[in-house]
Amino acid sequence: MFEIRIHSRGGQGGVTAARLLALAAIHDGKYATAAPFYGAERRGAPIVSFVRIDDKPIRIYSQIKKPDMVIVLDASVMDVVDVLQGLKSGGRVLVNSAHAREFKGFTSSHVDLTGIALKENLVVAGSPILNTPVIGALAKIGIVSVDSAKRAIRETFTDERNVKAAEAAAKEMSA
Amino acid sequence: MKKISTGNKAVAEAVKQVVPAVVAAYPITPQTEIVEQIAEFVSSGELKSRYIAVESEHSAMAACIGASITGVRTFTATSSHGLLYMHEMTNWAAGARLPIVMATVNRSLGPGWNIWAEHTDALQERDTGWLQVYVSTVQEAYDATLMAFRIAEHNDVLLPVMVNLDGFLLSHIMQPLDTVDIGDFIPPIHLPHAIDVKNPAGYGCLTAPDQQVMFRWDIEKSIRDSAKVIEETEKEFTKRFGRKYGMTEDYQCADAEVIIVAMGTLGKEAEVAVDLLRKEGIKAGSMRLRWLRPFPKLNLVGKQVVVIDRDYSFGRGGILATEIMAQTKEEVFSVIAGLGGQEVTYEDMADFVRKRRMGTEFWFGVKNHV
Repeated sequence: MFEIRIHSRGGQGGVTAARLLALAAIHDGKYATAAPFYGAERRGAPIVSFVRIDDKPIRIYSQIKKPDMVIVLDASVMDVVDVLQGLKSGGRVLVNSAHAREFKGFTSSHVDLTGIALKENLVVAGSPILNTPVIGALAKIGIVSVDSAKRAIRETFTDERNVKAAEAAAKEMSA
Repeated sequence: MKKISTGNKAVAEAVKQVVPAVVAAYPITPQTEIVEQIAEFVSSGELKSRYIAVESEHSAMAACIGASITGVRTFTATSSHGLLYMHEMTNWAAGARLPIVMATVNRSLGPGWNIWAEHTDALQERDTGWLQVYVSTVQEAYDATLMAFRIAEHNDVLLPVMVNLDGFLLSHIMQPLDTVDIGDFIPPIHLPHAIDVKNPAGYGCLTAPDQQVMFRWDIEKSIRDSAKVIEETEKEFTKRFGRKYGMTEDYQCADAEVIIVAMGTLGKEAEVAVDLLRKEGIKAGSMRLRWLRPFPKLNLVGKQVVVIDRDYSFGRGGILATEIMAQTKEEVFSVIAGLGGQEVTYEDMADFVRKRRMGTEFWFGVKNHV
């Protein structure tokens, strides 16, 4: 089983990112669950979502304590939340950032999702859309296939700029 | 078709296919998404139901009762305080022998104000004459909702059915969902005592003591008969659509020395605890109770039983544990865990089994309570 924890702020699309990722994994022929952790959410507050991907049906409902990977959609969350908590040694951290970030003991990647969204003019209610480009970045490192990533995005959003943003994120992401 | 869905949307999807004549509902967290989705289906024309946006849950059930007694199919959904507010009417629905189907998204009761999963809401409806099933996956939420209509409307049952799913843990999780073409799986509804203007009759009139007892016995007889209808319906479902269900879902029980009994998502995650314990050489199994009413005959002879209750009856004990102790002579270790959405992992459940003290009660997360 591959377990991912997504950190974001309320309203940034972290829950939809989890859903897109699980849907893409299902299209790959795998089993997947996406579960937002529901606390007292408000717009702008730090939130987490969980994604599990496996070859067998998933029977776990409790929260992910030892993720294989952590995704940070908003780097400012790192000032208030220990995003590395429980991350397996050698696990991967992907941060939405224009600059490289180093996390000792982990594989560190970055991609400027915000910049890509702005370039594609993917902005809703003043916020750049991060959840479709991040799926492209995840396809680049093989978490889901590129075809399934695009299919999941197209089934969810009609605007083709979302697919273009995902392609751009795959190209720009540091390995 | 394979898609991804939340538990709430899976229930709405099933309702869309069953096409109730009337859906009357009031939104409440975490059930809201069910009624939102149904309202959307109705407004877009995908679902040809009359949607009544009522002013309270008491009215939601009253509206379902009024519609149902005319002989048509009805559906509603609620949670927690909404369910308790309906309580007078849920008794009426069963007593009037109306095959209403309701989804209850199980949630804790206040105060303190808590929106997370607990089974005490539905268990306070235990003695009303409703059939109750508890589900554990998004797929099962969909499948059980479909089957609920066929079971409720069966001539040998004619009682309301409640489909229970854990608040947030199941109502809001996204999992694969395979929807089916139901064809004629659910026959047209026929209510033998439906209101007929050509043949006027009295409903809910003053009933003398010696007649009231006959009405009560009639409910009990039907709820006993419902076990056979449930079995036939689940068998027919497997034949048509492939997925298999029973009164319980048993996992590694045959040679088990200790069995975890639980309902809902805890009952499903218990299977992972069983795998963990088996690796350590502990012969464990799990039995997820699906149907609470009618209460099935559980095969627990010669087993140590660890019951996990996400509910409580103050002054008595875990409600499921109490039900099981009334049926079996085997010793029970009663664990109270998951109240108000308390996080309980498969590792915690494995620990309950390892540290079991048969014949006692244990409150998870409460220090020095014994």
